[in-house]
Amino acid sequence: MTTGEPLIVLDSVNKWFGPLHVLDDVSLSVGRGEVVVVIGPSGSGKSTLCRTINRLEPINSGTITFDGQALPAEGKALAKLRSEVGMVFQSFNLFAHKTILENVTLGPVKVRKEKPAAARERAMTLLDRVGIANQADKFPAQLSGGQQQRAAIARALAMQPKAMLFDEPTSALDPEMVGEVLDVMTSLASDGMTMVVVTHEMGFARHAANRVIFMADGQLVEDAPPAEFFANPRSERAKDFLSKILTH
Amino acid sequence: MSVLIDKFDVFAGGFWLTLQICVLAAIGALILGAIVAVLRISPVPPLRAVGTAYVNIFRNMPLTVVMFFAAFGLPALGSNADFLRIPGMDAVFTRLGTDLPYFRFALIALVLYTAAFVCEALRSGVNAVPAGQAEAARSLGLTFGQNLRYVVLPQSWKASIVPLGSVIIAMIKNSALVGFFGVVGDLSQTADQLTSAEGYAFIPVAIGISIGYLIMTVPLGALLDRIEKRQAVAR
Repeated sequence: MTTGEPLIVLDSVNKWFGPLHVLDDVSLSVGRGEVVVVIGPSGSGKSTLCRTINRLEPINSGTITFDGQALPAEGKALAKLRSEVGMVFQSFNLFAHKTILENVTLGPVKVRKEKPAAARERAMTLLDRVGIANQADKFPAQLSGGQQQRAAIARALAMQPKAMLFDEPTSALDPEMVGEVLDVMTSLASDGMTMVVVTHEMGFARHAANRVIFMADGQLVEDAPPAEFFANPRSERAKDFLSKILTH
Repeated sequence: MSVLIDKFDVFAGGFWLTLQICVLAAIGALILGAIVAVLRISPVPPLRAVGTAYVNIFRNMPLTVVMFFAAFGLPALGSNADFLRIPGMDAVFTRLGTDLPYFRFALIALVLYTAAFVCEALRSGVNAVPAGQAEAARSLGLTFGQNLRYVVLPQSWKASIVPLGSVIIAMIKNSALVGFFGVVGDLSQTADQLTSAEGYAFIPVAIGISIGYLIMTVPLGALLDRIEKRQAVAR
């Protein structure tokens, strides 16, 4: 699945929130087309790791490279890089004052300067793909959580990103809506999208991931294919974590 | 109380001049306040520092002192604030174009002072927009300016409008100071003129000018109440 040079490379990344060492010398590389699932207990730094990749969280030391280019500082270059990395949030963060369709077309029209008609057409195709084309003219608050999250995925895909970051995309959803979001993500993964997914959905990690990253206390503890990780976790910390979540 | 009828034209003239300075100062303060607010929330630290310094100075200094600086400091620097003699504008607001600069000086002081409060009212609205909205916009690749224009500001004005209205009401009342800094013929200076120079009893005159201010402030307050009620329903 992996071809050529890796798309995302983190090298000795450190980050502190005040005295808290949230990312402790984290190194990671994600190949093109690879699906990497990041799991770990809460407070382990996995969300922060995900957010450093498009510099929503700046880092204190180390380097992050995306598509062969070091992450630029704030400014036009960073905005361009962010337009190439899709991001899906736990709380959806759809623009509350815009319709679903406007949410999806805003980036293409304002950032990529696409013609509104062409952007709308592509947006409708994407909304159809995630199964909510009939909700296009509603406002986010009128949709269920699952529908909102699928709209958020469509909004990110509209930028035709080189990679997608998912920061706990199903954690804020009612249980019966988790499946519809994971279905969309699974189909994206099988289409060859490069994905970094922070999640607690072990089922998704098992069947859709190429690799599972286990984090604890800001450190990257394990990095293994899912079958290997779930069957034979090497570290005590991972064994402990899995025993807690897999017993119920 | 006959002064209210006998001198109605004087009161009306004072009302008109106070209204002029308030309209001009409100426009100026909204523009300058918006600029300072953008500085204060900018991602560039030096710009943020400039915005913060501005607010700290003008929000914390008495308006009287700002007026003193404008009325005595500007002439000392050799300025008659002639840049405010804006062609076209000075046809409607005649005092902008007069040789006597005190109307322009008072206007500058009122704008500088009020802009600090406008900035904070706008910023409180921006802070009321959930952080995730701006994060999502940044993630799409929108620049800081696009983020403000298309995502944050359209959602923030709802939370800004009521505090902004209170700031403007306070500004209208604060404009009563301009009569003591060389502006002849506004509502407050009218009171001084009628009582000190022409010997009318103070209380009827004070009632007259109070009515003048209330005609400006009460409808504005009522409008804000209506906006607030509509927002409460929308929420």
